[in-house]
Amino acid sequence: MADTHERAEEITQETLGDGGIAEVGEHRSLWGDVWRQFRRHKGAMAGLVVVTIIVLGAFVGPIFYPHDPFDIDVPNANQGPTLEHLMGTDTIGRDIMARVLVGGRISLAVGFTAALLGIFIGTGVGILAGFFRRLDALLMRLTDLFLALPVLPLLLVIILLFRDSLRERFGPELGIFLLVVFIIGITSWMQTARIVRGEVLAIKRQEFVLAAQSIGTRRRNIIMRHIFPNVLSPVMVSAALGVGIAIITESFLSFIGLGFPSDFPTWGRLLFDAVPFLEIAPMRVIWPGALISLTVISVNFIGDGLRDALDPRLRSG
Amino acid sequence: MGRYAIRRMLGAIPTLIVISLVIFTILELAPGDPTGTLPLTVPPEVRENIRETLGLNDPFFLSWLKWMRQMFISEPLNAIESVTGLQIGDGERLRIISWASRGPAVDTIVERLPQTLWVLGLGFIFGIIIAIPVGVVSAYKQYSIFDNAGTVISMIGYSVPVFFTGPLAIIVFSVWLGWFPSFYDTTHTVSDWSSLVFQMKQLAMPVAVLSLFNAAALSRFTRSSMLDNLNEDYVRTARSKGLTENRVVMRHVLRNSLIPVTTLIALQVPGIFAGAIVTEQIFRINGLGQLLISAINGADYPMVQTLTFIFAVLIVLFNLVADLIYGILDPRIRYE
Repeated sequence: MADTHERAEEITQETLGDGGIAEVGEHRSLWGDVWRQFRRHKGAMAGLVVVTIIVLGAFVGPIFYPHDPFDIDVPNANQGPTLEHLMGTDTIGRDIMARVLVGGRISLAVGFTAALLGIFIGTGVGILAGFFRRLDALLMRLTDLFLALPVLPLLLVIILLFRDSLRERFGPELGIFLLVVFIIGITSWMQTARIVRGEVLAIKRQEFVLAAQSIGTRRRNIIMRHIFPNVLSPVMVSAALGVGIAIITESFLSFIGLGFPSDFPTWGRLLFDAVPFLEIAPMRVIWPGALISLTVISVNFIGDGLRDALDPRLRSG
Repeated sequence: MGRYAIRRMLGAIPTLIVISLVIFTILELAPGDPTGTLPLTVPPEVRENIRETLGLNDPFFLSWLKWMRQMFISEPLNAIESVTGLQIGDGERLRIISWASRGPAVDTIVERLPQTLWVLGLGFIFGIIIAIPVGVVSAYKQYSIFDNAGTVISMIGYSVPVFFTGPLAIIVFSVWLGWFPSFYDTTHTVSDWSSLVFQMKQLAMPVAVLSLFNAAALSRFTRSSMLDNLNEDYVRTARSKGLTENRVVMRHVLRNSLIPVTTLIALQVPGIFAGAIVTEQIFRINGLGQLLISAINGADYPMVQTLTFIFAVLIVLFNLVADLIYGILDPRIRYE
């Protein structure tokens, strides 16, 4: 309602503005427009709110939450949710809520970093393949090859084989983190590369690129100033969706028992540890599972909203 | 068309060779040692002997070639022999031997295949059966309550991972309600009515979880494909010449919309096998996914190589199938 009202006011201002061509209402920037459009997408806004709450909960929450995720308290083991332990306790009396909050840190960190890496590789490969004709065939062959790789079995094999040597070199937590982020990133860039390449091929033929070339702009500058900003919207959408995929993949690895060790709780690991106790403590499965699902749903809705907001053809206002 | 198919098939061969090299290199770089699990009382000479017989001391390229020969010549010939009963050559071939079971890896795979095919195949087929009608109705009644509910449900369907919906289904339907068994009994054989009922009961949950997941993305894809076609000129023509609405939608629009949907279905087939890894772990089905996990955990490299390579073959094969189906179904596509 408020939106329609605002819009109506804007139109009146634009049309009735007191004389003068200069008066065309407030200044509207590109990103302002995108944000305005994004706000109209109810699912995306809800997603943004939920993701913000989850991120804050994971990174700030443990500071205020009174229980330590590693405190063992055997007399109080296997409790259901109580006022003292909001989500109950596990088999050796550790507070589940504290573990879920801290677990979110790793899950989210892996999700965002791996997606960033995937997007970085994908955009790079896509731009190079689209812009430089000589690299095109080679890079696209490589992309096809990666698409044909059986990703999940390979992920499992790589983790199992390299876990120990990386753990020795970087310490248990950082070693696994680097490994998981690296392999998720390296196996998730192909779709982005394909989309970006297609966009670059279309943009490259447009007049403004020709104009830039004719005044002697360096190729590096053409790519950074003219090509890259124009492929930004599909890249942002892929980034949002990539976060969801990365979080699911990390949880999958932990769920199979090949991700982080159990002394470093992540959502997938908590789920994995809870499944054997499914019949006596069903809620232990539900908390981490619900958080994974909620995060991924929200991120996907944000991606959906971004797609609508960034595509000017779909814009209604 | 025929020529295109042959060219694509030939083109798939180098891809597969490179993939097998990638898989092989990863395992070769691995620091693990299969003799590491032997008891410490085994003397070093014996250890060395074992390494020698397992072919671990061969140079990298030689062991890769050996494996290629086993994979592409010995195993297919053996499969032909056991299917047709013919004897080709002297029948003495070096087969891929699993380090864990000490038997041919392919035999174990064939033994595990039916369980995987039953559960995942049914999940896939039911997914398609649910997705297409939902997609058609959603598109025809765009922005109706049904369509909006479908959008939200399918978003949830493909965002919520199977490793959460699976345990959730077990909690609700087997712990709380007690309707279905919580794990899959593979030794169960169907002999009479009550054992058939039991078989259906134990299939119900894994199949339901998988079909929901498969249906989610497919129904949205069907919807958007239908929407693309509903606005085409030929639909207006069909309506204006007085065809019933039913005939327009079910015959003209649906047929054309299913072309890309069929392609997507073909592309998703290898994904079923990847889904096996999680589903079989949750419901304790001893199929291929479970075999892969146990082979990985037990450092049974020949088994891991064989399984991973079979996954790769499936992906390449169904990519090819998808392309060819598209060409057959859509006469506008011409391959030069």
